[in-house]
Amino acid sequence: MLLVRVRDVSRVFANGVQALGGASLDIGTGEFLSVLGPSGCGKSTLLRLIAGLAEPSAGTIDWPQGRPDIGFVFQEPTLMPWTTTLGNVALPLKLRGQARSEREARAAEALAGVGLQGFEKSYPRELSGGMKMRVSIARALVTAPRLLLMDEPFAALDEITRRKLNTDLLALWERTRFTAVFVTHSVFESVFLSQRIAVMSARPGRVRSELAIPAPYPRTETFGTSAEYAAHCRLASAQLSEAMAA
Amino acid sequence: MTARYVAPVLMGLFMLALWEGLVRAMAIPSYILPGPILVAKTLVSDWGTLWPALLVTLRITLEALVAAVLVGVSLALLFSLSRWIELSLFPYAIILQVTPIVAIAPLIIAWVDDVNVSLLICAWLVAFFPILSNTVLGLRSVDRNLLDLFELYGASRWRTLIDLRLPAALPYFLGGLRISGGLALIGAVVAEFVAGSGGRESGLAYRILESGYQLKIPRMFAALVLISLAGIAIYLLLALVSHLSLRRWHESALSEE
Ligand SMILES: Nc1ncnc2c1ncn2[C@@H]1O[C@H](COP(=O)(O)OP(=O)(O)O)[C@@H](O)[C@H]1O
Ligand SMILES: [Mg+2]
Repeated sequence: MLLVRVRDVSRVFANGVQALGGASLDIGTGEFLSVLGPSGCGKSTLLRLIAGLAEPSAGTIDWPQGRPDIGFVFQEPTLMPWTTTLGNVALPLKLRGQARSEREARAAEALAGVGLQGFEKSYPRELSGGMKMRVSIARALVTAPRLLLMDEPFAALDEITRRKLNTDLLALWERTRFTAVFVTHSVFESVFLSQRIAVMSARPGRVRSELAIPAPYPRTETFGTSAEYAAHCRLASAQLSEAMAA
Repeated sequence: MTARYVAPVLMGLFMLALWEGLVRAMAIPSYILPGPILVAKTLVSDWGTLWPALLVTLRITLEALVAAVLVGVSLALLFSLSRWIELSLFPYAIILQVTPIVAIAPLIIAWVDDVNVSLLICAWLVAFFPILSNTVLGLRSVDRNLLDLFELYGASRWRTLIDLRLPAALPYFLGGLRISGGLALIGAVVAEFVAGSGGRESGLAYRILESGYQLKIPRMFAALVLISLAGIAIYLLLALVSHLSLRRWHESALSEE
């Protein structure tokens, strides 16, 4: 079932920079989609348009089943330093007027879901980069959104932490099957994670090609070292080069 | 670690000893330069005049600081709500700030009947700008992504102010407050100097003027010492307030482990 239909969307900024030039993309309910593209091609802009944080200059974004709850994960953890982990994760519920005891219970649950039980009372500065990112994911998932938008969430992390978070993110997705849109500039990450990859051209960005990764889940380290994985990476890489050259 | 406290204390003691030694060795009369021991003695013997004067000056300082916080923060909030209000008022706040207080104080004292009120206005004028400008900066230095997040969850402007802008501005505000504390004292003292003996109750600055006329130089020094001590105490107190409110989360308050 179709969740979002993005049609010929453009976005021109006040300073004249055109970030998107007619991007079209269909996103199905429950799928794990990666958006792959070079830096500056308008990936963040596209996510913000889908999230409703900005309006397209041209084109349309339709929600055939109505607009769902949306969770958003930024490239940086974007936590409030003045409150605890629990307070950060409970924020979306607070902004929706949920009572304290209820929202804190749900926030604690979400924290446990990302493997951070016991850190409820910690402040962000006491956590490592990877842990902060987990808090950020827990905050995005605390409202049980049907759509989770992630903007290069692990780009700033080291390789080992990134792998662990990739696996854990997939486990979360398999458990609840929210729709995941994962923006990245890493070919390997996009192939490892997603069922489908949308490859974007350089600015002004649009979706140049799409690529299905039919490998079954759960995807483990074994998948990450398989010949199948390598073949998909080669293909995705070739499509990315093509998109950038165009 | 201990060197941080021991070194300045030793240096201070050394300077005091040098001062006392020079005054004695050169037999400098006390109406030119009293030695530190005489100043200390005067501080004790004239405590009955100096203590009430200190209280008067401190009260004006404190009232001016409170007024500076109220007006500074309110204006900053107003500015953050409307770009137009900010554009039209901010230049005047700067003009008030850069005009020397000694130049305006006589006018204010002439215009306002109650001397205490005019002193308060002068001290407030000197003190409010750092709070205003720092708080404006703080309210604006909010993480763009956090603002987006609040918008995503449909937060009202009010909620965004309470839960995001104000906490984000707190470290900036406290930085301004620390500067303003010292400035309020300076403003109060300068205004007292300009006002002279106009008031019923006289502050430390007036005691200094009076001692000068009467050639009671040791008392003048004692009053000076009290003003310095008051300034240091205000600074330390505000630094403590700042530390206590930020220690859980802000970089500036973290101990160096
Ligand atoms: N608010 C803005 N104003 C002007 N230009 C912008 C703004 N945001 C992004 N851009 C420009 O739009 C282009 C695409 O940005 P972005 O969507 O962040 O790319 P990506 O996330 O793919 O790296 C970049 O060239 C960027 O400089
Ligand atoms: Mg980006």
